[in-house]
Amino acid sequence: MHKRLTLAQLHIGQLARIQQVLDGPFKEKLLEMGCVPGVLIKPLFKAPLGDPIAYNLEEYTLSIRKSEARQIIVKPLDILFKDEQ
Amino acid sequence: MSNNESLRIVLAGNPNCGKSSLFNKLTGLNQKITNVPGTTIENREGKLKSNNTSIRIIDTPGTYSINPKSLDEEEAVKVFFEKSRPDTILYIADASNLKRNLFYFSQLAQKGVPMILVLNMLDVATYRGFEIDSERLEKELGIRVFKINAREGTGVDAVKNALSQEQFVPHYKFDEENNDSHEIHYEKINNLLQKTTKRKTQRELATSKIDKIATHPILGYLLFLSVLFLIFQGVFMLAEYPMTWIESGFSIASEFLSEILPDGWFKKLIINGLIAGIAGVVVFVPQIAILFFFMSLLEDTGYMARVSFIMDKMLRGLGLSGKSVVPLLSGAACAIPAIMSTRNIENWKDRLITIMVTPLMSCSARLPVYTLLISMAIPSTMVLGFINLQALVLLAMYVLGTVAALVAAVVFKWIIKHDIPSYFIVELPIYHPPRWRNIWMTCWQKSLSFVTEAGKVILIVSIVLWFLASYGPKPNTTLSIQESVNLEESYAGHFGKAIEPTIRPIGFNWKIGIALVTSFAAREVFVGTMSTIYSIGDTENFEQIREKMNKDKLPNGEPVYSLAVVLSLMIFYAFAMQCMSTLAVVYKETKSWKWPTIQFAYMTILAYGCSWIVFNLFS
Repeated sequence: MHKRLTLAQLHIGQLARIQQVLDGPFKEKLLEMGCVPGVLIKPLFKAPLGDPIAYNLEEYTLSIRKSEARQIIVKPLDILFKDEQ
Repeated sequence: MSNNESLRIVLAGNPNCGKSSLFNKLTGLNQKITNVPGTTIENREGKLKSNNTSIRIIDTPGTYSINPKSLDEEEAVKVFFEKSRPDTILYIADASNLKRNLFYFSQLAQKGVPMILVLNMLDVATYRGFEIDSERLEKELGIRVFKINAREGTGVDAVKNALSQEQFVPHYKFDEENNDSHEIHYEKINNLLQKTTKRKTQRELATSKIDKIATHPILGYLLFLSVLFLIFQGVFMLAEYPMTWIESGFSIASEFLSEILPDGWFKKLIINGLIAGIAGVVVFVPQIAILFFFMSLLEDTGYMARVSFIMDKMLRGLGLSGKSVVPLLSGAACAIPAIMSTRNIENWKDRLITIMVTPLMSCSARLPVYTLLISMAIPSTMVLGFINLQALVLLAMYVLGTVAALVAAVVFKWIIKHDIPSYFIVELPIYHPPRWRNIWMTCWQKSLSFVTEAGKVILIVSIVLWFLASYGPKPNTTLSIQESVNLEESYAGHFGKAIEPTIRPIGFNWKIGIALVTSFAAREVFVGTMSTIYSIGDTENFEQIREKMNKDKLPNGEPVYSLAVVLSLMIFYAFAMQCMSTLAVVYKETKSWKWPTIQFAYMTILAYGCSWIVFNLFS
């Protein structure tokens, strides 16, 4: 068994699939914005002070703070697709 | 629904999907003017006139879901829960990001209200390699689907015609059961999109290239500072010409009127009260219009979201959030719309702190005050050969206001207790060229509402002031009125003298005292008050107020407006809460008198204290 990885732990450009959004005050908002299990997500760039981080969520760019990214459990894909070049 | 008179159509959709563009295209100039810059934060209504019918169109703030997270979203979904539900929902979706755009759509579809789906931004979708089969989409959804380009207006006529002629059916595919699970909604959307859309290629948008600079650790902040500098320059350099024209226009008008009007109280009222008052307002409309222009330009192009993104962490440490950037920057134009724009901040504490400190940002009403005072005390010399010292001092006033706002935020962060954690889950929309029509519209509406709103106050204040400064009690009586040639013997003079002891420690005399009190109606009244005060009993002389004020001497021959007094006055105007309308808006937005009272108290104490320090340092 590998340990559970959160979105906050991905490095820039690492494609992953969302597995679960943990219960908490941000859950509903994250789901509404499209962070639902099964969706592909990829960190694009960080804000100058390292936080928040912008993610490519399928068709658009979503910015989330690290504290919120820790609520999202992801599974990195072994094969890295060259998404959006 | 056969009665077109009462047909009410609501525009709904995510933020940045082009709702407001479509609204402008549908209604033209038949809209009610609201008071908020940039993005829509209030429902607004307009009329679509086509084929002899008149349809009410309501534009709602963009929202991602039917469960509101902030006040503007609450406003947006309100219309769907009211007793009289809209006749049709016109749902606008960004075709380049259909999946998330259809989430809110799928929630609204459960309301059982007839719907139309309008696909916008197809050019972006096509560029990114999406192919959308809108006919299949129509069949799958069971509703009409239109393709438009809201920016260019293509396809809008078809929507117009359809709205005035057709009847629409409710949407059936999503409303079978009332399930609230987000996952199921997204699953249905996925199934729908699999049948109706294809992605052929994937291409990088210019957006990601621009973002490399806009969010770069060094270049990002440099870009932001340059943008601010550019706005600052624009407001002063560009506005200078129209302001000179307006000024000379008014002085020609008053010279002309003074020649044709018979001498007497009426002539004085018109020239010293009315014309001086109106001139005081109109003269800085160019600056306000330019400021609003830049603010809506930044929002419209998508850059403002990046500013929030790069500023979030810094502002979080100060008790604010990245979302506070828009209100704080708008505060440089006017605190009233700025405070209203805090409605999209989800967290109550973040929002409250933003409201409490925004009035410290130097608004455009302080501009004429600063401009007048700086021209009196600061020489127009060049520093380092290319920077005008006057411009530098002005810039310093803006920096001072910003620093004060940030410091005040930290203090409030310690004082206000609130446990719910704030979040920053924000879409970074793609950059797009400005939609000039929307921007001009915003600019025009803001300037107009400024002139009418501030104009009313200033007009009344200047007429009342003119009366109080021109007339006074007869000596040794209390009730009878006489026309006093001497300002000191007028009602205003008596009043100013009465409050003089309290403002003496910060260097102000009774004349300034009068201006401080009238400025509480609105800060910009200061200039008008000064011109009224200094032109009483002087209808022949049309020189600038500045020269008249500079000629005012103390008994010992020293000028009244020394460097210490002018600086103290500038600091006072930078920090004091002298705006009734702002307090009223804070009351409205916080629904309690507690916060406007605290705001008034802390800003007044801050202003008085800092003015005292500055006055004593320089005198």
